Amino acid sequence: MSRPSATTESGPVRWLLIGLAFVALSLFLLLPLAAVFVEALRQGWDVFIKAFSDKAAASAIKLTLLSAAIAVPLNTIFGVAAAWLVTKFRFKGRSFLISLIDLPFAVSPVIAGLVFVLLFGARGWFGPFLQEHDIRIIFALPGIVLATVFVTFPFVARELIPLMESQGSDQEEAAVTLGAGGWQIFWRVTVPNIKWGLLYGILLCNARAMGEFGAVSVVSGHIRGKTNTLPLHVEVLYNEYHFSAAFACAALLALLALVTLGLKTAVEHFTGHTTKGRH
Amino acid sequence: MSVSIQSIHKTFGNYTALDDVSLEVPNGSLTALLGPSGSGKTTLLRIVAGLEYADPGSGRVLFHGEDVTEVPAGKRGVGFVFQHYALFKHMTVADNIAFGLTVLPAASRPQKKEIDDRVKELLRLVKLEGLDKRRPHELSGGQRQRVALARALAIRPKVLLLDEPFGALDAQVRKDLRRWLRQFHDEIGLTTLFVTHDQEEALELADSVVVMRNARIEQTGPPQGIYDEPRTSFVYEFLGEVNKLDDGRYVRPHEIELLFAAEEGVHLAGRVSHLFVAGPVARLSVMPETGSRREIEVWATRDQVDEMALSVGDIVGLRFPELKASQRPRKTPEKDDPNDHSI
Repeated sequence: MSRPSATTESGPVRWLLIGLAFVALSLFLLLPLAAVFVEALRQGWDVFIKAFSDKAAASAIKLTLLSAAIAVPLNTIFGVAAAWLVTKFRFKGRSFLISLIDLPFAVSPVIAGLVFVLLFGARGWFGPFLQEHDIRIIFALPGIVLATVFVTFPFVARELIPLMESQGSDQEEAAVTLGAGGWQIFWRVTVPNIKWGLLYGILLCNARAMGEFGAVSVVSGHIRGKTNTLPLHVEVLYNEYHFSAAFACAALLALLALVTLGLKTAVEHFTGHTTKGRH
Repeated sequence: MSVSIQSIHKTFGNYTALDDVSLEVPNGSLTALLGPSGSGKTTLLRIVAGLEYADPGSGRVLFHGEDVTEVPAGKRGVGFVFQHYALFKHMTVADNIAFGLTVLPAASRPQKKEIDDRVKELLRLVKLEGLDKRRPHELSGGQRQRVALARALAIRPKVLLLDEPFGALDAQVRKDLRRWLRQFHDEIGLTTLFVTHDQEEALELADSVVVMRNARIEQTGPPQGIYDEPRTSFVYEFLGEVNKLDDGRYVRPHEIELLFAAEEGVHLAGRVSHLFVAGPVARLSVMPETGSRREIEVWATRDQVDEMALSVGDIVGLRFPELKASQRPRKTPEKDDPNDHSI
């Protein structure tokens, strides 16, 4: 047996700590996840499959995918631009901007939703104008997308800022002295250096965009088959005592989360591998 | 191409990085900007490159008489080598070197074949043939440095700028690369400006040394001239070890003659308080028996120390060289620091 290093705990302590961590993980993470799948399949595969063939469910899945498909690319662009701005330039109000990026993490999603209702709702600031021009934002797709964008805004930026900060501007400066223009530097130097962090951020952003409940709940209006996203649909089903269907949809969401986590781990593994030997 | 820097000021907020700095770099010369950290040398280099701009309206940078003060870095035709190389990590060595050519607008961009040839030629020039497919993380520090140099040279710059080019290398590699860079410069004759805080490096490598301190140029001249005739006490102290005698004279440790205390011509007698033999050189600290009792450093040959059978505690005699004018340098004024806001 090799000698333990100075920071290694003695045998019993080690097993106790590992055991505690295992129990906590099982209780709070694995058990609920397993429960979702068990409940979803309690009445058999047929009921499980049927839960998705329902028109309202199909519409909810479609709406969830659509809003994520709009929100995630938007936040990718915003996130990259914001990270680029705060890491490559020094200006007044820079640290304020960094805190501002975190705002959606700090604010309750319900408040975020309410803000949009206050702005664009029928009795909101822009309500009369929107009604006059027959533009629907609240209780419609634009509102859902806005709420999703707001809530998931920090993910890409948060992932990129520390990464780009640690890389500094040396390579960009080298490219400048070699005569490269702004776009050339961005695509040929910056993007290749941040691509794995960027992918990681996009995956997290996507996971949250599909799972968002609070903010979307406030702005969507819960119109069945129209403005219900998958998480909202789960709530509706549950409240109407369609437990199996509710859990089936929840299982689908959980599956999405698991796939995202799997991809994330793959990305981590891959980057961990390729960065080995670099310093 | 000569470089002319004319009364440049540069401030970062409250901090003065350059205070009315002017400098002429003759065509084809190898010039060292030497100074402690915070002296402004890197800022000056970056202003020449166009990576920083001097304070508005403060001065000009001329390349061969042409004003480039407002010309962006990419259009100045300078090759810049960064202290930590700043190689593009995701590109091969060949792609790194070719970068400056591949970003040219389509109209002036050379054919692929031409670019490949140029890369090969540069790899040969920096003695890295066969490493074209490697990535930066597979290279040693010295190799990375030479890739960075080849990349900077690919655009056929008119001026080569190097920021602490050997700062991140081991002592041995640094020495080899230093000699190599000198030879290399003599072969291609490109006007070169490099920043260093290592006086030995500056003195060995450069045609002309610019000593900087506190945002100003302290002295400019050929290495030997600067070493032998420092104009200020700061330059004296910065360029190598020096003893300040009671009468205000500056004397380098190797200029002092080591004698027996009773011998003729001894100026000062003292006790050896420290003796260190490194190869052929012996370094002694001598505590004078009289006067200010400030320890004096003396460098002698090992042979002499052996012959005199010296050891710690022995009394020796010191003989100082004839007084030269330069041994009483102008005192570097203490209130010279532009960032000293104490007044």
